[in-house]
Amino acid sequence: MADAAASTKGDLHLTNLVKAFGDFRAVDDLTLLIPEGSFFALLGPSGCGKTTTLRMIAGLEEPTSGKIAIGNTDITYAKPYARPVNTVFQNYALFPHLTIFENVAFGLRRRGIKDVKEAVTKVLALVELGHLADRKPVQLSGGQQQRIAVARAIVNRPALLLLDEPLGALDLKLRRQMQIELKWIQTEVGLTFVHVTHDQEEAMTMADTIAVMNEGRIEQMGSPVELYESPRTVFVANFLGQSNLVKGKVEGSSGSDLQVSVHGNRIVVPSARNFAKDNSDKSVLIGIRPEKISIEHGEANTLGGGIITDISFVGVSTQFQIQMPWGQELSVFEQNDGGASHLQTGDTVSLSWKPEFTFALDGTADVEAGTSVNPDED
Amino acid sequence: MAFIAAVSKRSSNVRGIKRPSTPYLLLIPGLSWLAMFFIFPLITLAGTSTQTTPAGGDTGTYVQTFRFANYIDAFSGAREQFLRSIVYALIATLLALAISYPLAYAIAFKSGKWKNLLLVLVVAPFFTSFLLRTIAWKQILGNEGPVVTVLRTLHILGPETGLTASAFAVVTGMTYNFLPFMTLPLYASLERIDPRTLEAASDLYANGITTFRKVTFPLSLPGVVAGTLLTFIPAAGDYINATLLGNPKTKMIGNVIESRFFEIVDYPTAAALSFMLMAAILILVMVYVRRAGTDELV
Repeated sequence: MADAAASTKGDLHLTNLVKAFGDFRAVDDLTLLIPEGSFFALLGPSGCGKTTTLRMIAGLEEPTSGKIAIGNTDITYAKPYARPVNTVFQNYALFPHLTIFENVAFGLRRRGIKDVKEAVTKVLALVELGHLADRKPVQLSGGQQQRIAVARAIVNRPALLLLDEPLGALDLKLRRQMQIELKWIQTEVGLTFVHVTHDQEEAMTMADTIAVMNEGRIEQMGSPVELYESPRTVFVANFLGQSNLVKGKVEGSSGSDLQVSVHGNRIVVPSARNFAKDNSDKSVLIGIRPEKISIEHGEANTLGGGIITDISFVGVSTQFQIQMPWGQELSVFEQNDGGASHLQTGDTVSLSWKPEFTFALDGTADVEAGTSVNPDED
Repeated sequence: MAFIAAVSKRSSNVRGIKRPSTPYLLLIPGLSWLAMFFIFPLITLAGTSTQTTPAGGDTGTYVQTFRFANYIDAFSGAREQFLRSIVYALIATLLALAISYPLAYAIAFKSGKWKNLLLVLVVAPFFTSFLLRTIAWKQILGNEGPVVTVLRTLHILGPETGLTASAFAVVTGMTYNFLPFMTLPLYASLERIDPRTLEAASDLYANGITTFRKVTFPLSLPGVVAGTLLTFIPAAGDYINATLLGNPKTKMIGNVIESRFFEIVDYPTAAALSFMLMAAILILVMVYVRRAGTDELV
């Protein structure tokens, strides 16, 4: 009993959280448990309610209904300055009139903490920017400002650190580096990080748990591997990486496998990977990730008669667009290990993959869900 | 100033070899205007300030004798008005700041879709004459006016006491007349503040008052400095408010200069007083800007 209470002391509980702007529900009945010490990502396209959720946790937005609690303390209506939560803002929001040292010291001074100098020096050393303590924010590069924003928040040792698209303003290379650095800082300080992003790669690199949000609700929650390998909805299948989704009809099952007819081909799906809620009308969407497919390798699941319409070379792999006899274009990624180098546009090929990589989704769902979202748009 | 410096720095950085001449050509109209209507008259004025009437000369005829004692004579004759000008201007500036800051703050942060309308209202008084608006205060503060009636009813003013033709009326008029010059720069600097810095402050344990003290106000300092200068400088040299709303005991330095020039035709004294006023304002402003620590921001 005592152990259970201690381990949930810093967990963040969101219970039936709703935020409505007029008729529009930005966050729609969200219930979520974020365990203490985890690196949690809220992933979704712009307008999915992830930032609103974050702002409610920070206290910058008041929920329409529902409850927010850290451990047993209800903070739903607590003022932002009265909660043990700190935020790394999207454009850092450093104080332009204060030095880097004073920016970082701001929260400590407000709380009347002694040994401000020691704490600030320590955290500046952690982000490796101790030598910039006397500068003003404008004199720093984007990446440095980003690290100061993190330092300014974590120096307060909050129960919860919120990161609002913290890497959005950085260029790709710097973003990669900061992803690794943030993950390292999180491990180092052991705080709970809640990270909001529209960048699926960023979420997968850093978070232990990802909640994919869409239209104010959580589509699916799990580890990056779980979400990628076993997406439960079309939205998740398309938003996290790419998926080939093909319509099919369930013909029957044998043992632990499901037999599905896909435009006249027989495809095998493990029953455990059938995520369609209801197969009563027997229609399903068969899903397979592009890199799981190989061209002409004769695995158990095969679709023949495809014509290569486009080949693009992207370094580690080559991406093929293949038009199937029923008109649909499928994507295939082949490693550049020499196996597929002889292929040319216009070649007729058959695609095959191992049954265990296949997943089945609700056949009535919109195949395009989650694809039209431009991930670079804020 | 800082902006011009930044621009010229950039243009010289980009191509160090050949500087484009266009910026200098563009400066010519402004510079020649300044030379003709500011620098040249200033030199003439300086010349006038040390002239004296020759023995037996008519009123208004002066010759250059480099009599710098004119300055001492002028100052000792108008010391009282000098001091009064500075004090009145200071009070009017502080009052204008106290009135304008909440107004500018509300327009910048709380007005929403009314923002533009409110800004138009701030400058709307400029559409009527400065004189007319100042004379209107005679009515507002008059014995039959609303202010006196209310104050008398509340027994704050005695039945015989009025508000017109007083120092109070002069300072009130000055405060009113220079209010837009205070409000607009304040608004401009408040409006520039990123609301997320204020959210960051509250996220970092600062309540409303602390956020204002530690973030909002320091970030609005350039506006405070600009607004107080734009109010104080013209207010210190103003004589219309003192003429229309004051009495002989509220004369300001502007009144003295005006009467020396146009009534007594004592050009040297008037010129000397003008120069001293200019010097006094320059010194006060320099000390102030140094103190405010925003010299690079104005």
